[in-house]
This record gives sequence, C-alpha cells and structure tokens, in this order.
Amino acid sequence: MTGIGIANLSRRRFLRGSAGLTLGFVLPAAGAAAVRAGGGPPAAATFAPNAFLRIGTDNTVTVLSKHLEMGQGTYTGLATLLAEELDADWQTVRVEGAPADARRYNNLFWGDAQGTGGSTAMANSWEQMRKAGATGRAMLVSAAAREWQVAAAEIVVRESVVSHPPSRRRATFGQLARAAAAEQVPARVFLKDPSNFRLIGKRANRLDSVDKTSGKAQFTQDVFLPGMLVAVVAHPPRFGATVKSFDVARARAVKGVVDVVQIPQGVAVLAIDTWSAKKGRDLLTVVWDESNACKLGSAEILARYRELARTPGQVARRTGDAEAAFARAARVVRASYDVPYLAHAAMEPMNCVIRLSADGCEVWNGEQMQTGDQHALARFFGLRPEQVRIHTLYAGGSFGRRASKDSDYVLEAAAIVRAIDGRAPVKLVWLREDDMRAGYYRPLFHHSLAAAIDADGQLTGWRHRLVGQSILIGSPFEKAMVRNGIDAVSVEGAANLPYAVPNLTVDLHTPTDIGVPVLWWRSVGSSHTALSSEAFLDQVAAAVGKDPVALRLELLAGHPRHAGVLKLAAEKAGWGTPLQPGMAGERRGRGVAVHESFHSYVAEVAEVTVARDGGVRVDRIVAAVDCGIAINPDNIRAQVEGGVGFALSAVLHGEVTLKEGQVEQDNFGNYPLLRINEMPLVEVYIVPSAAPPTGIGEPGVPPLAPAVVNAILAATGKALTRLPLRTAELAA
Amino acid sequence: MIQLNINGKPCQVDVAPDTPLLWVLRDTLHLTGTKYACGVALCGACTVHVDGVPTRACVIPVSSVAGRQVITIEAVDQQRIGQAVQDAWRKLDVVQCGYCQSGQIMSAVALLAANRQPTDADIDETMAGNLCRCATYQRIRAAIHEAARALA
Ligand code: FES
Ligand code: FES
Repeated sequence: MTGIGIANLSRRRFLRGSAGLTLGFVLPAAGAAAVRAGGGPPAAATFAPNAFLRIGTDNTVTVLSKHLEMGQGTYTGLATLLAEELDADWQTVRVEGAPADARRYNNLFWGDAQGTGGSTAMANSWEQMRKAGATGRAMLVSAAAREWQVAAAEIVVRESVVSHPPSRRRATFGQLARAAAAEQVPARVFLKDPSNFRLIGKRANRLDSVDKTSGKAQFTQDVFLPGMLVAVVAHPPRFGATVKSFDVARARAVKGVVDVVQIPQGVAVLAIDTWSAKKGRDLLTVVWDESNACKLGSAEILARYRELARTPGQVARRTGDAEAAFARAARVVRASYDVPYLAHAAMEPMNCVIRLSADGCEVWNGEQMQTGDQHALARFFGLRPEQVRIHTLYAGGSFGRRASKDSDYVLEAAAIVRAIDGRAPVKLVWLREDDMRAGYYRPLFHHSLAAAIDADGQLTGWRHRLVGQSILIGSPFEKAMVRNGIDAVSVEGAANLPYAVPNLTVDLHTPTDIGVPVLWWRSVGSSHTALSSEAFLDQVAAAVGKDPVALRLELLAGHPRHAGVLKLAAEKAGWGTPLQPGMAGERRGRGVAVHESFHSYVAEVAEVTVARDGGVRVDRIVAAVDCGIAINPDNIRAQVEGGVGFALSAVLHGEVTLKEGQVEQDNFGNYPLLRINEMPLVEVYIVPSAAPPTGIGEPGVPPLAPAVVNAILAATGKALTRLPLRTAELAA
Repeated sequence: MIQLNINGKPCQVDVAPDTPLLWVLRDTLHLTGTKYACGVALCGACTVHVDGVPTRACVIPVSSVAGRQVITIEAVDQQRIGQAVQDAWRKLDVVQCGYCQSGQIMSAVALLAANRQPTDADIDETMAGNLCRCATYQRIRAAIHEAARALA
C-alpha cells in the first residue's frame, strides 16, 4: 500500500475504548433495539480502538457517527470513510449515533462544539474517520502478526479478512477482535492512496435503507419510556405574547389527561397518549397578554424593507468605485427581488423526549446541536453539561430547523419536565400546526440591484443592496460570525459574487425590530442571494445582448470551478440547441444559474413549459456538481435531486405570511409542498476532482430558483421579481 | 373495548372510539412505523391498508376499522408485492430522512396491487397524495417501475 503518513496528532482522542464509551441503548417499553443503520442486534464491543469504531466477535463493524442523520446520507458517508481504511466488508458495517461529547465528537470546523450543519459533516471528518479506520486496521494487523509470528508487512487485509498469503493463514476481524484490543494504539497511521479506494467514489448502498423501508427506524416521535407522558402545548397566537390566564376545566375532563401546566412558552397539556393530549390542548381556554407581541403583517414588513432600500446600508464588500462607474455608465439596469418567510416543514414536526433522574437528565432527540443543547439544558436544570446525556436519533428531516440557535423546542420540553418536578419522562409533541406557526423561518428579504454598463456593452459596475433580519445577531454565534454589524450569512453568496466586475458594492440593512424568529433554512443566505444575483445577471445579459452562459464564462475568468460546472451543465443540457416545442399555447424556455455554497460548486440548467394561463411546469433540470472528491456519487446525486425538489417547492408554493402578527399558514393545505407530479426529471453530473471533499446537503438548492426564473424569462420575456411565482403574472 | 385485526393478529384496545387509528397504532400498540406528519389527510405519512384499501390512518376513527383487516408497514413484507416494493426501494436507495417512506411504500404497494404496469402518469396520479419533503420523488417513480418489472 502506497500511502501518506499522517502523524496521529489526536492520540488522546483515540482513547482505547471500552463498551462504556458508546451508549447503545434500549428503549424498554417498545423493546426497540439500539439506533443503528445496518440492522442486526447490537454486538458486544470487543475491540474499540477509538471513539468511532467497535468490532464485535461476530464480525460486526459498528461506526459511531458524531453527526446527525437527517436524510443527507451522513451515516453512510462517515461509515464509508472509516470502512475504506479499515478494509471492512461493507455488509458487516452498522452505524450508531454517538453520544453528546464535545471532547471526542466535536465538529472539527466548529472548534469545541459537536453539531451538524453548514454541509460540513464529510469535509470535517474526511481525515478523522479515515484515520479511525486505519488505526483499527493497523491494530488488527499487528495482532495477526504477533499471533502468527509473521512480518506485519506481509499481511493483507480485505473485506474484513486478515490474511498472510505466504503461510496461507487467515482470520476474520471478529476472530482477531480480542487480540487486537490488547495491541498498542499506533502513533502514526498510513492512509491509502486514492487509487486504492474500494468504497470511496463507488456505490456504497445506504446503511439506513433497510430500517427506513420496514418502519423500524427510530425517530424521536417513536420513543416510548415507562411512565412517559405526552405533552401538547397551546402556543401564543403571536410572537412575543405570553399567558395571562387560562382555564383548564374542560381540558382536565378529557380521559387520559394527567396534568396541565403553565410554561414560559404557553400552556402544556400532559396525557398518557398524544391524542388525549391534543384533545385536551384544543379544549383549553387561554387568555394571552399581547402587549409586547409582534403585530406586523408581512406586507408591512416588506414595505418597510423597500423604504430602507432607498438608503445605503452597511457595506459588506466594496471593490473599486461603484459610484463612479454608475456616474459614467451608458446604461443602468435595475431590478429588485422579494423572497418570503419560509417554514422548514420537515416531515417530522419538532419533538423531544426528556427524562430527569437523580444524577442528571437524559434526552432523546434528532439532535443536530449536541453541545449547544447540552449546555442550554445544563444551565436550565442547574446540571453540569456531562450530566446531560443525549441520545441522537434519526431526524425526519431538518433543513436547519433542528439546529436551533437557542435550543427553542428542547427548552420547551425541559420547561414541561420541570413544571411537573420531573416526576415522569415527557415527550413534547408539536403537531403540524405548532411546527408551522412556531417561526424560526428563513427570513423575508428584499434585494435591490443595479448594473452599470458602459458604451461598449461591458459590465463596469454592480450594486447589490439587501434588507432582511439577521439570523445570528442575538444568538450564541454572533461573536464569531457578525463583523461590523454584518451578519455573514445575510450576505453570503452576494458579497462573494465571483464575477469580474471592476466596481462593486454590496451593502446590507439589518432591521432588528421585527420580532419574527428567523433561522437557517437549507443553504441559508444562498437560498435568496443566488436568486437575486443570478436572475439579475440574466437581465444584464439580455440588456447587452449576450448569451447567459457566454456572459458568465466571460466574467468567471479567475474561477475555474464555477466555470467547470457551468460548462458541464450547459453541455449536458444541450445549451444552444433548440428545445422541443410545447403544445399549442405553451411557451418553453431554458435557463441557467451557477452558485458556490459551502465550498461546493453547482450549475443547473432548467427547462420549463409555461401554459397559456401562466401555469409553470419544470420539465427537466440538468445539474453539474463539483464538491471535491466524490465520496459517494449516488448520494451526491440523491442530495442534488432532493435539493432541486426542495428549492422548487419554494419557487412554486413556499410562503409564510403574517397578518397583524398572526401566521396565516398552519398545515400543508395553505403551505403546500412540492408533490410527485411536479417533480422534474433531474440529471446530475459530477466533475471529477482530487480536491478534499466538501458538502452536498445544501449546495443543490441555491441555483434552482434563478435557473427556473431565467428559463421563464427565456420562455415568456417576463422577468419574475418575487417568489413564490404567481401564475397570473405569466398568463399569455 | 374495540376488536381490531392488525397485521393478521386480533387484538383489543380500550380507547375512545373517535381516536384516529394512527394514534392507536402508535401510542397504544407501539407500531411506530406508521407516521404522523399532518393529521388531516394531506401528506400520506400515515397510510395503512384497510381491507386492502390505502387509508389515511390519521383521520379514520378506530371504531370504524373494528373487525376489518388492517395492514401496516411492519407486515407489508408478508405479501409478494410488499417485498418487491421494499427490495426496489433498497436497490435504488430511495430513502433520505425516511420519515415519509412507510406511507410511500404502503401507497406504492396498493398502486401495484391494482395496476401491475403503471405508467409515470399513473404513478404521479396515485402517489400525489404522499408528500416527501426530501423530494425523493424521482427515485420513488423509478422504484415503482423496478418493482413492477420484478413482479412481471
Ligand atoms: S398524517 Fe395522515 S395524511 Fe398526513
Ligand atoms: S425521505 Fe424525508 S420526507 Fe421523504
């Protein structure tokens, strides 16, 4: 094996483990097994060379995932990295969620915090998980060499079998597990040369497929503990309202209701099951104190933002002298874009189970921010962080929602547990309506853009002004990610515009008096900045009479990875060739967009059909992706397919509106999601790369909206400036 | 006491008769494969078969399925079509978060039971009642075709 020697700097982290390191747990009432991906009963951890790996005498390889599996394929991806260097048989690999422990399981890109987000899981684990596997392999090899009295260099490992060809000796991982556990943890391990990869870059099937197709996968919603009560909460009708008084008589009369308690978040009804709790909650009469509540409507908010956009904001980027470029311009192109509040609407509404005990508390959650929630709960209950034990279960989607910046729903569960003095474990269940109205939306944003074009038709100036609430200001992340009043995630994707425009200004207004809680939503700032910058660029292309791909390539001289995906997508989509005409009255068009987010590059070409009545059908999306080394190409395709569908849902339907402070949506009837009949054909092409891997959970999202808007422009000549699209604007 | 037949086994439950079947399956019987996501028949996450008919368990009172055959995701592999659908789902790695997938599979099995050679249009029509926030729709379509081939 040729390889790169890597000194094992984190030797302390590679503690020789014991079974106690890794909390396989059993839910007694349901008799359910430990959370695992690959099926089969939990194996005894005979050999646990580090915090990420256990090998049982039954040959089972258990990988501990420090990251949440919320659909993005992390369990499979992390296991692929480890199994690659371990040379394990993929059929024997299972995954368990690691316990909350920032010392061993921190996200290496987040300092000393454990958590999942920003499409960082693969990127930060790329070396760590491979080293974990290589360490295990080295110890199995030395155990075999010692037992067989042969040279370690002559030993071969393949598919969980260790062999010594000269003497024809062989043993499985399981047979060697006991002996390997007695070996010294090596100080240095060697990682494979990529040409020797057997799993990375190949198709390794998802390890959670079996459990998720048989109803066995364990979500928070599925946790049952002895004596557990289910809590359903009456939440205030407006953000910032509090309980003034409440009448429990009718709720208490519901069979199954055990208690009704006031908490800072509202009034909680506790019952022996969900339906009784919901019935009780619906029968509560609560009088709310709305003196400090947010009473704004979303139309008013937008009007305020438009007004603010008339004045300069705080400068996020300044290159050259945009003022001068506009003063000299032969022509100025202007446009503005409005995007609404959006709910994450994960299929599993938020929920959390908490049990207090004499020596701490235990939490079951689709846990995305282990360290943040551990500390928040420790503060709330007056415990030390290590007394808060978190079991990370599968999450039925998150899209950012479970990465709560202030532990909102987890602390709501905690408040209920405390209100009943911890006398029973509590499962907080948000019904869809609670989840939809709870806020923590993708912020509503107004963008105003202008481009200066000189007499030769060259783009000489670009001004991009953004108005919208900050996600980070007032959160624990403010210190690290807000500079001079600029929230980095408000302007990401806009302030780093890749195009070679000599004079450019990006500025930002951050209203702080809105009162609607906002949060990251799959692809965060890029969920709106890609739309505004890429749709606007097509307006510039139209103004100067250039082809949208040609103009982008011209302006992307210093950005080969942007250009690479753009060229690949254009080529595969047949850019420049005529589209099949639609049926009578239908208008068809193609549009393109390219965007970098989370260090990954994605270009998408959309083909759309616009009906006479303005109805839009997106027929096909051709996507090209550069996310460095493709650890699992099929999962990259899956994430881009899903990202396209998620983003298209927002283009066609997504909008949370407020009227006098009240959220007007509550379920999928008035907050429709994309359905199968609206899903386009998605083709995904991956740029071969030797660069370290970057994320793919989010980067498929941003280019979709501008590609569709640009395709609609090509089809109809109409430049959409707000989402979701209104068919009336597109009627022929 | 309400007499039920779940996955071929008779059982009795002591719950209010208006309790939706979904919560009886989940909270009383701990058959947690059937999921809650909307509660108002808009998403299909709770789909089960009642006498072979795909049914939204979140809106059907438990009293109305007394004495009828209820099949949930936990027993779908006892039928040939169910097995073929699960196999196709696994072969193509349809799932992402997985939360909607019990419902998707129950709807797909019912579709194939009624129509062994569904077209894309048939699939879109029948499966449009099942939401997937992860948007695994393209693979759902492909997996239904794959299962249809395996059953042919
Ligand atoms: S939970 Fe029954 S259809 Fe949504
Ligand atoms: S797989 Fe996540 S909702 Fe369908």
